[in-house]
Amino acid sequence: MIAIAIVRTKDLLAVVMLTGIYGLLSASFFVVLDAVDVAFTEASVGAGISGLLMLAAITMTGRTEAPKRHKPLLALLVVLITGGMLIYGTLDMPYFGSFDAPVHQHVAPRYINDSMQEVGVPNIVTSVLASYRAFDTLGEVAVIFTAGIGVLSLLALPQRRKPYLVDESGKEQMYKQHIVLRVISKALIPIILLFALYVQFHGDFGPGGGFQAGVIFAAAIILYAMLFGLDNAKRVFSLSLFQLLAAIGLLLYASVGVVSLFNGGNFLDYNVLADDPIAGQHLGILLIELGVGCTVASVMIIIFFNFAGRREAQQNGEER
Amino acid sequence: MLAHLPILQVIVPLMAAPLCWFLDRSKLVWLFALLVCGFSCLTSIALLQQVMSSGTIIYQLGGWDAPWGIEYRIDELNALLLLIISTIGTIVLFAAQTSLQKELPKERHTLFYSLYLLSLTGMFGIVATGDVFNVFVFLEISSLSGYALIALGKDRRALWAAYQYLIMGTIGATFILIGIGLLYQMTGTLNMDDLANRLAEVNQTRTVFAAFAFLIVGVCLKLALFPLHLWLPNAYAYAPSIVTAFLAATATKVAVYLLIRFTYTVFGIELSFSILPLQNLFIVLGLVGIFAASTAAIYKTNVKHIFAYSSIAQVGYMIIGYAINTSTGLMATLLHLFNHALMKSALFLALGAVMYRIGSVQLSQFQGLGRQMPLTMAAIVIGGLSLIGVPLTVGFISKWYLLLATIEAGMWPVAVLVLLGSLLAVLYIWRIVETAYFKPPLPGREPVKEAPWTFLAPIWILVLANIYFGIDTRLSVQVAQAASQSLFGINP
Amino acid sequence: MVLGLYNYWIVVLLMMIGFYIVIAHGNLIKKLVGLTIFQTSVFIFYISMGNVDSGSAPILAEGVSRYSNPLPHVLILTAIVVGIATTALGLALAVRIKEAYGSIEEDEIQIQDQLTEDNSKC
Repeated sequence: MIAIAIVRTKDLLAVVMLTGIYGLLSASFFVVLDAVDVAFTEASVGAGISGLLMLAAITMTGRTEAPKRHKPLLALLVVLITGGMLIYGTLDMPYFGSFDAPVHQHVAPRYINDSMQEVGVPNIVTSVLASYRAFDTLGEVAVIFTAGIGVLSLLALPQRRKPYLVDESGKEQMYKQHIVLRVISKALIPIILLFALYVQFHGDFGPGGGFQAGVIFAAAIILYAMLFGLDNAKRVFSLSLFQLLAAIGLLLYASVGVVSLFNGGNFLDYNVLADDPIAGQHLGILLIELGVGCTVASVMIIIFFNFAGRREAQQNGEER
Repeated sequence: MLAHLPILQVIVPLMAAPLCWFLDRSKLVWLFALLVCGFSCLTSIALLQQVMSSGTIIYQLGGWDAPWGIEYRIDELNALLLLIISTIGTIVLFAAQTSLQKELPKERHTLFYSLYLLSLTGMFGIVATGDVFNVFVFLEISSLSGYALIALGKDRRALWAAYQYLIMGTIGATFILIGIGLLYQMTGTLNMDDLANRLAEVNQTRTVFAAFAFLIVGVCLKLALFPLHLWLPNAYAYAPSIVTAFLAATATKVAVYLLIRFTYTVFGIELSFSILPLQNLFIVLGLVGIFAASTAAIYKTNVKHIFAYSSIAQVGYMIIGYAINTSTGLMATLLHLFNHALMKSALFLALGAVMYRIGSVQLSQFQGLGRQMPLTMAAIVIGGLSLIGVPLTVGFISKWYLLLATIEAGMWPVAVLVLLGSLLAVLYIWRIVETAYFKPPLPGREPVKEAPWTFLAPIWILVLANIYFGIDTRLSVQVAQAASQSLFGINP
Repeated sequence: MVLGLYNYWIVVLLMMIGFYIVIAHGNLIKKLVGLTIFQTSVFIFYISMGNVDSGSAPILAEGVSRYSNPLPHVLILTAIVVGIATTALGLALAVRIKEAYGSIEEDEIQIQDQLTEDNSKC
């Protein structure tokens, strides 16, 4: 339903809002399907960060979509063929939820039955993510890092020499108007940060882990930046610090792998990190989750700061 | 450490990318990146030797056995691809420092090198891995860095080209993701080798057909196979010269690799070519691609556009060789992968040199350059001859094997059309030669100097390689033959 | 028999809506929104196949014997991150395009490009 509304709506702001709702809905759908970790991530990304970024983008690009001119017939045809192909493909699928589908019979049983002895972490998703398929996760961190550099290379402004000090006072006033918001958020931000840390280290037992924690952490900082102004936020958390952190996160992850190389194992083999394999697995997972959290949080913040910085620069340009 | 070579190949550039941020000076970063590329080049040579002497290398990441963990699996095909990517990556990067001075503001240089290394990492990762989902992840690393690199181009059209590429590329990647999902659903595994075994049981189901269709379409989007090529010309034309030289020589090759890997290893020859009508479809698409793209190239006025369209045409040749579905045909494709990487990197790098000197690659600006930049223009001529397929260049070798393969398979009409397609290449190359050598220099322009040696050295290394591998074919043919035979399960 | 697949069909429908937005709409941001929907639906498809009747979330606990398949969850966690990375980069590009062309409508940009092309030919 929501999706259809998105097709029809021309106002981009509404579209973005609807996308957020769509993200939230799919997150709840994931909970229904027992995928709590995924739901957690989708809720924070689909409904949170991506909506935020889109909002930041449309403030710069304008809100309305021009009416359509070209005939969508060809597009409809392509879509119908693709959809038909997919429906055709579903016909021989094992039924939804059936236990004897190959998916549940082949590789997964080992994760479910043996991961406790082999990795020693109750959350199977974490043990697969961070140990069995740790290399995928390293790739994922690299993707996020790439996006960070990409956005930086597209939107970064040359170092400003603070020529805007004059109109900063005006801005201060604007932020002062939201005094209630500021007080509440001052109390909230430390709690959010604390929660992020909890999610970071609790990922072994419940849903959570480096990625979700990183996003929450980033959300706290972004909240600060939105309420207290970008320049203030930049004074507290400098952008180059986050660039450093993003790089360190990725390096930390990769060097865990390299250390295991030197200890005589294969790349990312945690068993060799400590005398006892299980302790090694714990150590490895802890470290790489830290790396993930570090990079994700900093990249999200870098991306947001750059979007917002660009916008302020645009506004300043227009005022003059 | 030798046992860990497969992972070092990928992990060294990956770790080098963030390290770039710690080195602030543009020149230092360049040296560092060059060093890293050189290292990966040596790694890939060592890997190739290892594979040729002792067979497939298997490396288990995280120490977990294959279907549960991710494994790297390097056979002749992967090793050849790794060698192509790392060599071209290194040689092209050599000219980067000079070229960037004119094309990119200084504060973005560090970012450029990080992205370049990440793009390299992505491609290595796609090629080395034996796990289909891992392919998707690294595909995204290489594509995201690719979009960002293209968007760094000076012209504002670079942004638009990068955006279009992003949309097309993401659709392609999502299609691949759907395909992987369908495969996983039918087999319960993500490992390529395991998939191949388990697919044999279910290869008559409609779900597998759908998976096949989605994977092929997704890969073909990345491959820029006609008619899915629309993103390519502008992306190549407006990206910074170095990026064009690098991507043109490597990105489509990686997609061809994926196509070969999926059809031959994962789905198996029987399913790909006997049950489904892939062969005729691909031969027709390849031929149409050759003619349409070559004709378009003849009418373009931007030289980068000309060579970009020619790239699409060359993809057509590769697809034909692959679709013939014989050992010789596949060998021709692999040879052409190698040879085309050599030609296109030399040509685009030479265009980069022209860009460096006159700040434009419009054909009209080429007037009189034949005398003013003799070495650069000579490189373009030799690269062009190679593109046409004149004897004594690499282009001749791969066309020769392609013709052999078509004739072997009894496809005379295809052979004739392939030859005719080469004639079209003569036309667009001739236009450049004519403008550069037989028209007077543009009036009112200061005499243009020859390109600096940092350009000429890599260009001429590549050009000489074009000639060397065109005369002494032992090495390239041997590797390509071994790779194609192992894919067909023939033991030499 | 049809009921066993209904979930997949809904997912296919959602995917196609997203896909349609991507190709049919000319607004750059809207295209990205479409892309997000397309990808999210693919995620739902993966998670659906990992679901087991009367299974529980894959966190080991006493007294539970049937768990959902954790592997699709892991894959999708990765894919979500990849998706947001792509979206961020795409938005950054859209912002720059707006600055360079003053528009984020596909055909207006194409018209402008055509003009530049013609100028450079003269």
